[in-house]
Amino acid sequence: MLKGTWMNKRIVITGIGLTSPIGNNLTEMRKNLIDGKSGIKSTEIRYMGEKPAGLCDFDEFKYQKKKTRRRGTRAGSIAIYCANEAVLDAGLNLEEIDKNKIGVFLGLTEHGNVETEEEIFQMHENDLNYNLWSIHHNPRTVANAPAGEVTLNLGITGPHFTVGAACAGGNMGLIQGIQQIQLGEVDYALCGGVSESPQTFGIFAAFNAQGALGSHDDVTKASRPLCKTRNGIVIAEGGCVYHIESLESAEKRGAKIYAEVIGYAYNSDASDFVLPNAQRQIECMHKAIDRAGITAENIDIVNLHATGTVMGDINEVKAVREVFNNQNTYVNFTKGHIGHSMGAAGALELAGNIPSFEDGFIHPGINVEEIDPECAMDNLVINKAIETNTVNIILNNSFGMLGINSSVIVRKV
Amino acid sequence: MTTENVKEIVLDIIADVAPDEELDGLNPAESLREQLDLDSMDFLDIVMELRKRHKVEVPSEDYPHLATLNSCVEYLTPKFA
Repeated sequence: MLKGTWMNKRIVITGIGLTSPIGNNLTEMRKNLIDGKSGIKSTEIRYMGEKPAGLCDFDEFKYQKKKTRRRGTRAGSIAIYCANEAVLDAGLNLEEIDKNKIGVFLGLTEHGNVETEEEIFQMHENDLNYNLWSIHHNPRTVANAPAGEVTLNLGITGPHFTVGAACAGGNMGLIQGIQQIQLGEVDYALCGGVSESPQTFGIFAAFNAQGALGSHDDVTKASRPLCKTRNGIVIAEGGCVYHIESLESAEKRGAKIYAEVIGYAYNSDASDFVLPNAQRQIECMHKAIDRAGITAENIDIVNLHATGTVMGDINEVKAVREVFNNQNTYVNFTKGHIGHSMGAAGALELAGNIPSFEDGFIHPGINVEEIDPECAMDNLVINKAIETNTVNIILNNSFGMLGINSSVIVRKV
Repeated sequence: MTTENVKEIVLDIIADVAPDEELDGLNPAESLREQLDLDSMDFLDIVMELRKRHKVEVPSEDYPHLATLNSCVEYLTPKFA
């Protein structure tokens, strides 16, 4: 049970909508995670040529009209798909609830780069004629756009905004949803994170300039966290939106409950623009564990943020080794399969592990041809799934640039 | 350019700006907004596409000329001359 009263309501996940490079729903994604399938493909990036990336193939028009897609953004389209899937999955009839009492809170790594790059490209193609700049540029690039597009699509009149949290965005969107319910602002929240990052060349060019853009002759092995030969990040798009509500509300509705969120924490490194700080990560995980009223030994799975950068992986493993110095906790990661889905990563990767409450499997982190000795640790699940007796508690890490750390803990109900 | 050509140009642009709409049964003498799901942003888009694709300018005081398909054609045909 929860220790103390830091949360006045018990919050549960009752719906999951997602799209990823390995599936457009949780069942599909879970199967590919267990099977160790990579979703990374080679794709043409403006100015740069063929690069590995994680792309999604969901039907943009399943829940959205062509006109709103044309006016909106790829991130908004991903969010609309995921939010609709989450609402359906939760069995929530929007016509029967007060739409003022549902909110949309989505984490983002960045937003607006896709539109701005495209407009500047078009301006260069047209003799720098700024009179051709799109009238849609401002509504597309305001930072709340993906969450706002969801409210327009679903007719939601409760609050919406995005949480700018670099690559901790997915966790932070979920946390924001929890807090909004705790505050009494909403009864239901659609929360998580989205990424449209592969649509912008700038993010590829920047990681390339940092020497941190992942590559491999076999594109499916380009993203290989913890591997001795890892050479950087593979940029991916995707989204994961949770429908969450209080336990009381879920029980009253007779809703299916995926998990209860029993702990979370977030903090700042205050040490570097890009290099992570293991000590702050340790503090973040400890804070989440303490709030959950459990000990590290109680946690069955830790999903690493593990992006495939040299220093990022070493730092995180150092932190996780210190916190989980026990024989009970298994450790896996997700970016080998799907790449780094930026603002979606935290939410998407947590979702990928949640089915272990039911199926008892722990999916592997893939593409570790030879473990980097500096990333070695006990109970690391690599390349092959393992079956356990039972999984009850999962901790999901998500960290980002400018030193933002987040950990979320969920348990089986 | 014939009025028929200009009509095709306008319809092509409307088809892109309002891709969910069925244009076959459009009454050319009736208001476009009353027949199609078009708002003020869509009309700005139509003006933008005329500028981008055909270098045709429509000053804001002339926007009322874009009310119907017929009035569009009547107003725009001299600009394509």
